[in-house]
Amino acid sequence: MPIVKIDGKEIEVPAGITILQACELAGVEIPRFCYHERLSIAGNCRMCLVEVKPGPPKPQASCAMPVADKQEIITNSAVVKKARNGVMEFLLINHPLDCPICDQGGECDLQDQAMAYGFDRSRYHENKRAVPDKELGPLVKTSMNRCIQCTRCVRFAAEVAGVEELGATGRGEGMEITTYVQHALTTELSGNLVDICPVGALTSKPYAYEARPWEMRKTESVDVFDALGSAIRVDVRGNVVMRVLPRLNDDVNEEWISDKTRHAIDGLRYQRLDRPYVRKGGKLAEATWDEAFAAIAAKLNGLDGKKIAAIAGDQCDAESMVALKDLMAALGSPNVDCRQDGSKLEAGARGGYIFNAGIRGIDQADAILLVGSNPRLESPVLNARIRKRYLRGRCAIASIGAPVDLTYPVERLGAGAATLRDLAEGKGSFAEKWKAAKNPLVIVGPGALAREDGAAVLALARSLATVRDDWNGFAVLHTAASRVGGLDLGLVPGAGGRDVAAIQAGAQGKEIEAVFLLAADELDLSKFGKAFVVYIGHHGDAGAHRADVILPGAAYTEKPGTYVNMEGRVQLGQRAAYPPGDAREDWAILRALSERLGKTLPYDTLDQVRARLIAVNKSFAALDTQAPGLWVEFGKAGDVTDAPFETPIKNFYMTDPISRASRTMAECMASRQQQMPVAAE
Amino acid sequence: MAMITADPQDVPKVESFSFTPESMAKVNALIANYPPGRQASAVIGVLDLAQRQQGWLPRVAMDEVARILEMAPIRVYEIATFYTMFQLKPKGRYLLQVCTTTPCWLRGSDHVMKACQEAADGVTFSVQEVECLGACVNAPVVQINDDFYEDLDAASTRRVLDAFRRGETPAPGPQVNRQTSAPEGGPLTLKGE
Repeated sequence: MPIVKIDGKEIEVPAGITILQACELAGVEIPRFCYHERLSIAGNCRMCLVEVKPGPPKPQASCAMPVADKQEIITNSAVVKKARNGVMEFLLINHPLDCPICDQGGECDLQDQAMAYGFDRSRYHENKRAVPDKELGPLVKTSMNRCIQCTRCVRFAAEVAGVEELGATGRGEGMEITTYVQHALTTELSGNLVDICPVGALTSKPYAYEARPWEMRKTESVDVFDALGSAIRVDVRGNVVMRVLPRLNDDVNEEWISDKTRHAIDGLRYQRLDRPYVRKGGKLAEATWDEAFAAIAAKLNGLDGKKIAAIAGDQCDAESMVALKDLMAALGSPNVDCRQDGSKLEAGARGGYIFNAGIRGIDQADAILLVGSNPRLESPVLNARIRKRYLRGRCAIASIGAPVDLTYPVERLGAGAATLRDLAEGKGSFAEKWKAAKNPLVIVGPGALAREDGAAVLALARSLATVRDDWNGFAVLHTAASRVGGLDLGLVPGAGGRDVAAIQAGAQGKEIEAVFLLAADELDLSKFGKAFVVYIGHHGDAGAHRADVILPGAAYTEKPGTYVNMEGRVQLGQRAAYPPGDAREDWAILRALSERLGKTLPYDTLDQVRARLIAVNKSFAALDTQAPGLWVEFGKAGDVTDAPFETPIKNFYMTDPISRASRTMAECMASRQQQMPVAAE
Repeated sequence: MAMITADPQDVPKVESFSFTPESMAKVNALIANYPPGRQASAVIGVLDLAQRQQGWLPRVAMDEVARILEMAPIRVYEIATFYTMFQLKPKGRYLLQVCTTTPCWLRGSDHVMKACQEAADGVTFSVQEVECLGACVNAPVVQINDDFYEDLDAASTRRVLDAFRRGETPAPGPQVNRQTSAPEGGPLTLKGE
């Protein structure tokens, strides 16, 4: 490995990295604008100049120059300082002095670096150039006068998001970053453009003029809008969530988050349940906690446990789910289900329902088969990871399901389960590629499992998976943040219990008389017949409209909660704000209710609930680790129909109570529909 | 010259564009110059063919080029807006590119420019001011479509333009008694003997 001398200190660095990266290893900070770790190298801002010996007798752009053995790199000489000052002066020639009204103020790379390299006055007396603002959709606000043409956004759109729609037109002083034909970017990752823009040219439209970074309390948490469990930071002013930003987590989301994760948060302000309600004479009336509990107790008293059922929703924390499970057990009900989409996953061994290879496993896969999955809608950041794998080359990617644009080429084998059966029997040309692959990865999406023959599809997919000590190529792609946690906790029908469909069927007659919905809204709520429905959740969505008693809970930003992502990684979400009005944390509601019903749950504090989680499933003890699950038989061999696989997500921007209440998401949807009048999705 | 960086709205609407069979043959010949999968390398030549066929480059033509070369349309727009020789707005039948860089200017390009501007009607003639065309020894010079007309003054410029207007094609090159860049009036040295 090359040994280089950086500012007089010798250091050994890996071969093939750039001088800028070597300097970072040596702990020397190099200013930069266009260089970004996860994008290709452009080398056009010239801010990262250093002296290199031996080399040309002028400062070199360190981001674009590879290290070589016995190189001497000087980053702190007068020459370097003067060169960077010069670059900065040129960059500021056309940059407006509008920091006081710029949303990037306080977290602006240009502002920060101008403190170190800026000249204290301007020597430029000509007019600054004026650039028309561009229309990039409802999430990205542009102020193109501020643009310094680093082209990070162009590279992000082309490389990570996979939509080549941004470009740099014109030349010289006339160069502009634009879509040329003005339109919103057709990507689910456009919010990240705002993060990678080093200046205030691209800022967040919904957050425009809302807050300053230093006014907000920052809380590190976990995302619940899809099952990826992206690392996020929640910024709160007062008790209002102002914005959500990604945190770095190379194992999960790298440093991207989807537009829904970032911008659905305004839904937390609307349609909130802030007090209990009880249905009286056919209408929901405000009530106190006491009255609400009394109404539930009156219904449940003396009711046979078998006539009670509970369904957990898609965004529940593990704490509330374990409390629900324990309460149902205490009431003698085996009718518990956390799979409101009707998926045929089994709770048993973990290997059968998690993304065994891990998100990082995608990087090692050399053949990927998507079964009934549209990752672009089901988990956009994971889709970007698959695209990253595609860009590295030598990876065959095929799909069975609806024809969709995933931002990378996919060989479409067929529409439904029959194609999967043929593949499992070794028919077709892709079967040979599959056999030849060392690390094949079969990704089974919700569209393949939430159907009658789901168990048979699961068994077929299992037969295609390669499992070794160092590789488990079976992966389930979930859409619900709570699903793996729910299955870990065993929120599936007990002996003689009913699943969601059977609960609904039972509710038509007299077999099911009371149903608990724990933030479960993505169901056909008209199918609960005359059952007494208790809704515990945070939004006045479908579930609350059907409910007979509403108990107001907390949304994910308002409670400390444990979430298990699709790869089985246990992560802690933190409380960033407090729930509105009388609303409480969900597990505490269930605990209080259990006391009222005379079946007191044996925990009073969050720590005790978490101890209970570990008692139910040891996997909750290991935070933020990922390993393949136990590999046993699962699924049920059987006939499959050739009905096409369909992704359950018809509308990416509205999948859950929070995003359905969000005005920003409504705008995104309208903008997308305008672009694609005949939307394929 | 004003830079075009957004899809111009003040241009005639062109509904569709496709290459004629002759142009298409040339397009395929251009693509064949590059290894398979690198067809995007032919983009400048293909854009030029499209411009020669249409007279200018409407967006549909750029989209068609993008389709043929399997590129994202924005990559084609980037190239078409970068090079000033691509015309993104309609121009006259003859594009007069008047050089006004120092040698031509010293030799009277202002008069040439004035004559061209008087003739420019946007249908037969369009004028564009350009930087050095590399024919300083024959200054002042005007490029009319593909040919250089050299050693011009106001009168000879008008004469050339009148000929074009009549549908003739005047001989390109020096408009004075001079062979290419040899001395005016015939050779002065090496005359034999």
